[in-house]
Amino acid sequence: MLEKMIIGRYIPGNSIVHRMDPRSKLLFVFLFIIAVFLANNVASYAVLLGFTVFVIALARIRPYFLVNGLKPVIFLIAFTLLLHLFFTREGAILFEWKFIKIYEEGLRMGIFISIRFLVLVLITTILTLTTSPISITDGLETLLNPFKKLKLPVHELALMMSISLRFIPTLMDETDKILKAQLARGSDLSTGSIKERVQAVIPLLVPLFVSAFKRAEDLAVAMEVRGYRGGEGRTRFRQLSWQTRDTGVLIAFVILVAVLAWVRK
Amino acid sequence: MKEIASMHHVTFSYDTEEEGSSLISNKALDDVSFTLYEGQWLAIVGHNGSGKSTLAKLLIGLMFPSSGEVNLFLESLSEENLWEMRSKMGIVFQNPDNQFVGSTVQDDVAFALENNGVPHEMMVKRVHEALEQVKMTDYVNHEPHHLSGGQKQRVAIAGALALQPELLILDEATSMLDPQGREEVIEIVKKLRTEIGLTVVSITHDLEEVLLADRVLVMNEGKVLMTGTPHEIFQQGTELESIGLDLPFALRVSELLRDTGVELQGNHMTEEELVNELWTFHFSK
Repeated sequence: MLEKMIIGRYIPGNSIVHRMDPRSKLLFVFLFIIAVFLANNVASYAVLLGFTVFVIALARIRPYFLVNGLKPVIFLIAFTLLLHLFFTREGAILFEWKFIKIYEEGLRMGIFISIRFLVLVLITTILTLTTSPISITDGLETLLNPFKKLKLPVHELALMMSISLRFIPTLMDETDKILKAQLARGSDLSTGSIKERVQAVIPLLVPLFVSAFKRAEDLAVAMEVRGYRGGEGRTRFRQLSWQTRDTGVLIAFVILVAVLAWVRK
Repeated sequence: MKEIASMHHVTFSYDTEEEGSSLISNKALDDVSFTLYEGQWLAIVGHNGSGKSTLAKLLIGLMFPSSGEVNLFLESLSEENLWEMRSKMGIVFQNPDNQFVGSTVQDDVAFALENNGVPHEMMVKRVHEALEQVKMTDYVNHEPHHLSGGQKQRVAIAGALALQPELLILDEATSMLDPQGREEVIEIVKKLRTEIGLTVVSITHDLEEVLLADRVLVMNEGKVLMTGTPHEIFQQGTELESIGLDLPFALRVSELLRDTGVELQGNHMTEEELVNELWTFHFSK
């Protein structure tokens, strides 16, 4: 059951992208999302695409995983492409059939926006493919640290995230067990009308929730007894180390922005 | 001998609302006293509802007694010194999954150390040592769902040991494990006792585990029914059975044999003792 899950699609590896500090990767993705909007002509979009291909090559990820990551957004990309095709009315008419008119500008914008989407999704997919969920949590916690001054409960959020990640497999196993128990009692999840199927899920969810609450209670007691008193005065076992390559990531970003600024209209 | 923990005339009652909404106090513990000295292994046994889990909760400061006093390390346990006390003891609970906080084995072992603000270099060293003590060094980066129940409990013990505790409490720590997992855990605790002289309190309803203890406290209906060495306790076989405890297998077999007229000598607490007597049975005639 676990293998089918998309959460934590992390693929362990040893490429330079894998070994980068989660902070530099997160920071880069965040900045990259902004930088993408600089592109406004063929040359600048080509630069973005080229850069993305370069990162994919560096990360040495099998294309299969990237395509999998793209699947959920293909529809969105196609939809924006069509919207632009039909509703942007500028430039010369390229194609006309009854009430459908496709303009040059529409085609251009449609392709540009699609590339923008594609590049964004690819870069974020590379982040999740090359960084374990727990490293992402660690990175987020340190990056968000300054916001503690604004009373943002950074430590608590990070702890919640890591505990949720830790309990996903446990709860999946549990679901599997309950499912089998209910099947053995003759519950039928795969046939019947939609209404019947939804109703058949209820005997699955109720025991799952009950046991999740029980687990939460046990865990809270175990944490308290082991001396957990919130983030105050706590030291950290996981230490992040910023390497030269991480500074390199930021330099690469500056170069990318410079090139984009130079080639854009 | 240094005193590690003691209870003096501890009573604890739950308030339950019964019909007519009058408050009725249910005494979960009734005038319980005992003292535990350094290096001892104390087993607390009893059937469900005998008050043994309440006793455990009072010992680790999750609840405070209605009357009486709980002493830990010669100090009376109170809200003020609770956290300090907890940093001196390790507790392993029943459910292996629900006490695994970290996302990998080493993160979980480090959890209590992080909470107590131990510096990083020291933490790495202690985590490694603790994992060595429970023979889990090959699993440092494993995630909990790739471990067996027995392995998870060993990690939990390592998490307790990393704090270098003066007292280890096993709160039904083996009751959800398969026989092999239980064996693993008990082996580790036995080893720790001989190697570092750890003081252990094990709360259990498994009488096989009781045999390993120095002293046994039998609980029934909130009261201490009897205390003594395992040997003394098992002399009272029928009484133990009458409060719903299962006698060890060897003891039951030897009793049944005696009932059918086989004249066995003495009491047999372990299978080994029984086997030894049986195979030499005809020689001694």
